[in-house]
Amino acid sequence: MNDVRLAVCGCGAVGRSVVELAGNYGHELTAVADSTGAAIDETGLDTAAVLERKRTDGVVGPAAPEALFEAAYDVLVEATPTTLGDAEPGYGHVRRALADDRHVVIANKGPVAERYGELSALARDSDGSIRFEATVGGAIPALATIEELDRDAVTAVRGVLNGTANFVLSRMAAEGLDYDHVLAEAQDLGVAEADPSFDVDGTDAALKCVIIANVLRDGGFSLADVSVEGIEEIPGSALELAAEDGRTVRLIGEVVGDRVQVGPRLVPENGTLAVTGTMNIVQIDTENAGPLAISGRGAGGPETASAVLADVGRLPPL
Amino acid sequence: MSDADAVRAYTVRLELVDEPGELLRALAPIATNGGNLLSIFHERGNLTPRGQIPVEVDLEATPERFDQVVEALRDAGVNVIQAGAERYSEELTVLLVGHLVESDLSDTLSRIEASGSASVADVSLSAPNGTDQVSSARLRLVMNTDGVTQAMETVRTVAADKQLRLIEPLAAGGDA
Repeated sequence: MNDVRLAVCGCGAVGRSVVELAGNYGHELTAVADSTGAAIDETGLDTAAVLERKRTDGVVGPAAPEALFEAAYDVLVEATPTTLGDAEPGYGHVRRALADDRHVVIANKGPVAERYGELSALARDSDGSIRFEATVGGAIPALATIEELDRDAVTAVRGVLNGTANFVLSRMAAEGLDYDHVLAEAQDLGVAEADPSFDVDGTDAALKCVIIANVLRDGGFSLADVSVEGIEEIPGSALELAAEDGRTVRLIGEVVGDRVQVGPRLVPENGTLAVTGTMNIVQIDTENAGPLAISGRGAGGPETASAVLADVGRLPPL
Repeated sequence: MSDADAVRAYTVRLELVDEPGELLRALAPIATNGGNLLSIFHERGNLTPRGQIPVEVDLEATPERFDQVVEALRDAGVNVIQAGAERYSEELTVLLVGHLVESDLSDTLSRIEASGSASVADVSLSAPNGTDQVSSARLRLVMNTDGVTQAMETVRTVAADKQLRLIEPLAAGGDA
């Protein structure tokens, strides 16, 4: 879809980048909301002014957040923070937009991982549809690639799906440093958040694997179905022993058959999956074509926004 | 060339008393009976339940000479645990992390061996902060093609029992 009127819900790194880049893709921004306010202009918002106001006042506009749904828009971009369990308020935003027969592009992993079946049902009953490329692997077109393949011919999907964990493991291996040291460094660099729990305990990678499994098997998976192990407190000595043997350790997410698991795994040091730093990689094993691998930036505002805007382009006309 | 004359590869598993000169004494009957020694896994630091040191020897010989080798070994008083033409065709490397020494590393290895599904070919231990702190070990396990799943199950069970963290290779012992 081109010349789309976008409503962006959520004004974190991804939401802000979508606001900033929408014009470059030929789209018009008619509404932006964060948790406390909204800016609405059916003739098209001045995106620079909206972002400036967010920066200086901490709020995007004077309207109530709910007013966003009354605005004239074609596609809702759901980019509020990921929440687990009932996945609210993200899930409610998607439901509202679909009820109004609008398309929704979702960047929030919560609803797609935790309530996939309900989302699919809502989308079936709506003229609108949902897309969620940005939820897996940031800029990497993982879901679009799976969609292009015959899903039944995909035998496994494996990948490095969390840049923070990968940064920590690859720095530990390269510098011979211990976990706590490297994690503190990652926080100083802004690679890890102040509370990096979901990144290092495997939850974030697990949500992405659940989404992949839901796409491959038409739903049925949630976080509760994943066996998850994180990288916390892996000692530097483990990485040294791995390196002596030409191997290294990566936090790998796997979807094989109906089994979804995330955990640190030994991989060949120069193998496909041993990407370094904050890079992500998705490897899709296919029955007839062998493995396909796509690596790229798995996080970041503009990177993830590019996946959101590519999804907008893939939507059918309303 | 008939099968009886063909040189084949064999794996012999021996148990040695922990005394100087034992390894040499065990290997002598192999050479004197026409066996060609390929490799020796001397599992140092690992004891069998009987308190002996397991040694795995790969050799080449004709079937007839192989029988003579095994006989000579037994005559020399060497414990031959297992002798067969089947060589381990698979190997897996895993990492174990935790209180490896306190949880008795040699018992951990013995339990893996005792399961019969895999043999511990090589062990490297790294305990940079002392043996009373968390340490890491790299284990190279060898096994038959159809023993991979069972071997990984064994390692998982032993690791869980001893509260050790296991870092598996990709796609080991699963459906993949």
